[in-house]
Amino acid sequence: MAKPRIIVVGGGLSGLMSALKAAEKGADVSIFSVVPVRRSHSVCAQGGINAALNTKGEGDSVEAHTYDTVYGGDFLAHQSVVKKMCVAAPGLIYMFDRMGVMFNRTKEGLLDLRLFGGVKKRRTCFSGATTGQQLMYALDEQIRRHEAAGAVRKFENFEFASLMIDGEGVCRGITATDKDTMETRAFAADAVIMCTGGFNHVYGTCTNSTHCTGYAATEVYKRGAFFANPEFVQFHPTAIPGTDKCRLISEAARGEGGRVWVPRDGKPWYFLEEWYPAYGNTVPRDIAARAIWKVVKEMKLGVDGEDIVYLDLTHLDHEALAERLEGILELYEKFVGDDPRKVPMKVFPAVHYSMGGIWVDGDHRTSMKGLFAAGECDYQYHGANRLGANSLLSAIYSGTVAGPAAVEYAKGLTKTADALPASLLEEEKGRQDDINKKFIGMDGPENPHLLKQELSKWLTDHATIVRFNKNLKELDAKISEIKERFARSKISDTGGFANDEIFFMRTLENQFDLARLIVLGALGREESRGSHYKPETPKRDDEKWLCVTKCEYSPEGPKFDYSEKVEILDIKPVARRYDVAH
Amino acid sequence: MDEIRLKIKRQDGPDELPYWEEFAVPYGPKMNVVMCLQAIQNDPVTVEGLPTTPVVWECSCLEEVCGSCTMIVNGKVRQSCSALVDQLEQPITLEPMTKFPVVRDLRVDRSKMFEALKEAGAWVTVDGYFDLGPGPRMAPADQQKAYHFSRCMVCGCCCEACPQYNSRSPFMGAFVMGQAFMFNTHPIGALEKEKRLDALMGVGGLGDCSNAQNCEKACPKNIPLTEAIARLGWDTTIHMIRKFLR
Repeated sequence: MAKPRIIVVGGGLSGLMSALKAAEKGADVSIFSVVPVRRSHSVCAQGGINAALNTKGEGDSVEAHTYDTVYGGDFLAHQSVVKKMCVAAPGLIYMFDRMGVMFNRTKEGLLDLRLFGGVKKRRTCFSGATTGQQLMYALDEQIRRHEAAGAVRKFENFEFASLMIDGEGVCRGITATDKDTMETRAFAADAVIMCTGGFNHVYGTCTNSTHCTGYAATEVYKRGAFFANPEFVQFHPTAIPGTDKCRLISEAARGEGGRVWVPRDGKPWYFLEEWYPAYGNTVPRDIAARAIWKVVKEMKLGVDGEDIVYLDLTHLDHEALAERLEGILELYEKFVGDDPRKVPMKVFPAVHYSMGGIWVDGDHRTSMKGLFAAGECDYQYHGANRLGANSLLSAIYSGTVAGPAAVEYAKGLTKTADALPASLLEEEKGRQDDINKKFIGMDGPENPHLLKQELSKWLTDHATIVRFNKNLKELDAKISEIKERFARSKISDTGGFANDEIFFMRTLENQFDLARLIVLGALGREESRGSHYKPETPKRDDEKWLCVTKCEYSPEGPKFDYSEKVEILDIKPVARRYDVAH
Repeated sequence: MDEIRLKIKRQDGPDELPYWEEFAVPYGPKMNVVMCLQAIQNDPVTVEGLPTTPVVWECSCLEEVCGSCTMIVNGKVRQSCSALVDQLEQPITLEPMTKFPVVRDLRVDRSKMFEALKEAGAWVTVDGYFDLGPGPRMAPADQQKAYHFSRCMVCGCCCEACPQYNSRSPFMGAFVMGQAFMFNTHPIGALEKEKRLDALMGVGGLGDCSNAQNCEKACPKNIPLTEAIARLGWDTTIHMIRKFLR
């Protein structure tokens, strides 16, 4: 029997991990990535990766890691999968250690651990303040080793265009476009794994890389795969405000002792320490972001009257800072011009992570046969709020599940990729060529780049930290209006070579659907939970809303289904508090 | 200052001739070169008022950890996201890197850098992607040293600055030396140290480095590349003697 043919879309941590595991299980793997994989967004993760290694004499355990993750996610995560992830975490860290990741060490030469948000035990392995970059490079190198041996193929600088779906609704491959030649080709596969990252660039200015647009996840949703929990979008409390991007200042800064304050009556006011004495500056992100929002927007205490609070490292030992946080110190110095060792950093919350995404089961199968999803583009593990340093873990862990699951599925197929009729490939390619032709021909009065800015501004103004039903309704109407204007816009490049504008147009078209998912998801959920906060319904409502927001595409708009209850095992939902220890 | 002037070297495709276009974009505080290119993308009109196509370039992280947006800014190779307008003389000239084939405008094809990493065996050969228990212990001082090398983005600055790196020379580039040195430092990576040294003694390896030391000065992450090259030079010499005596 021929090797199962697996396509992985996305070359970040989850994509490469899926690919390595699938290759290890005997599959013929092709990776499609919009950038050379080493430049994937995973490199932006700074602070670290969680695993209950319990090397600090603090009695840490897998159970504690599981509990903190479920509690931190405000009980919206399915518990058995969280537990499996936390069980696997130490082994995954050891694997990366063997691959040569330069994790910081203790005096004894063990892996060092630091404190992160929403936990009481040191559980975060780190490599300076560029942990994601180091993990990413380790997998990039391993993939290169497999490539050199002919076991894995990479298609870099290829944009995923669409899924190829047969008459029975089974995913049979993808179409993708070469970003240089602009040629779109159909690629047959026995199974496809989507590892396409978060969708936060729909908000415009955020902490993400420019290609984290959500195009691919929205595309598979539009073709029939379910989406889940789109309303849960994480704000990172401490980013450098910017107009091109909000550059992240890792939670590790607070884990290492950094303090958040604003001046009040001429003195520093450490509001997180005052409001949350048990956790202080290392409260989870939703809590910290809302506290900063309250101090700045409601109490009008932002630094110099602006949307700014201080993140202060000036009291910390310079040598320790250099060894443990160098990456973010350099970043701040380079982009702001001030030395964070000497003056407090100026920060504000920014859109950072999508907890929601493509719906998957425990084996990372989507609702469409033959299609899998892993990493930030799926919706598992983090519930209503992700804990810091759990994203690198879930990206990697989900890849170790999705890769083998896809191979297992492919081995059970009676009709394989080789036997697909050529017409199926030609039809899907033809459909994509037609879409590109349509965009090339667009010559109306509207400027699509300005429309994108308008869409992002509306989302940022009304679908972020505090959400009001009235505003959400207005926003939904606005999205439809901008979408209509988009149909009358003009493409600024009609050329047939390395034309990025076509990808921009395709992305924006899908972002209207994505934006509606976020907004209508938020409108529908009549409670407050984790990152989703509505002053009109400020309490969590477990009776009614301990369920997944499941979304199915229809041309008229998303259809929501709330029948999937959150799986509760040992951890019973309780009031979530960080002012006292739990 | 209410506008920023830019002079950009453009090229429509790999086999086309380059030409220059000038642009003026509205000034904003803390602007960087990527933001200027984004402004041109939003409204692609030259300074003469002529409509043109948006400038094509690569960018991704915008915080100098991915290496995508490397180009020549006012004559110096660097990442354009961290090239702040306030620190640059105007008109700001932007050119594609010269050591790699141009795809279009400021976008170049750096795939030969990744190929070079294959030649050098720049990885740790592990038995599999599963849990085999804890890895080897490592002294914090060794980790701190190796960490500098592990921040290499494979951006190409060291290659652009190197007099030996060009289409006529087989030299693999200083970044390869940095990576080989790092893997030779790692306790498991060191098991394949000799293989890497063999590769670096071959065509395009250490022998093709002229010791100009431009690489280290051009590196945006201050990676001590000349130290790696010196150490590898010593290691290859010993390796050669050992091989001879064997």
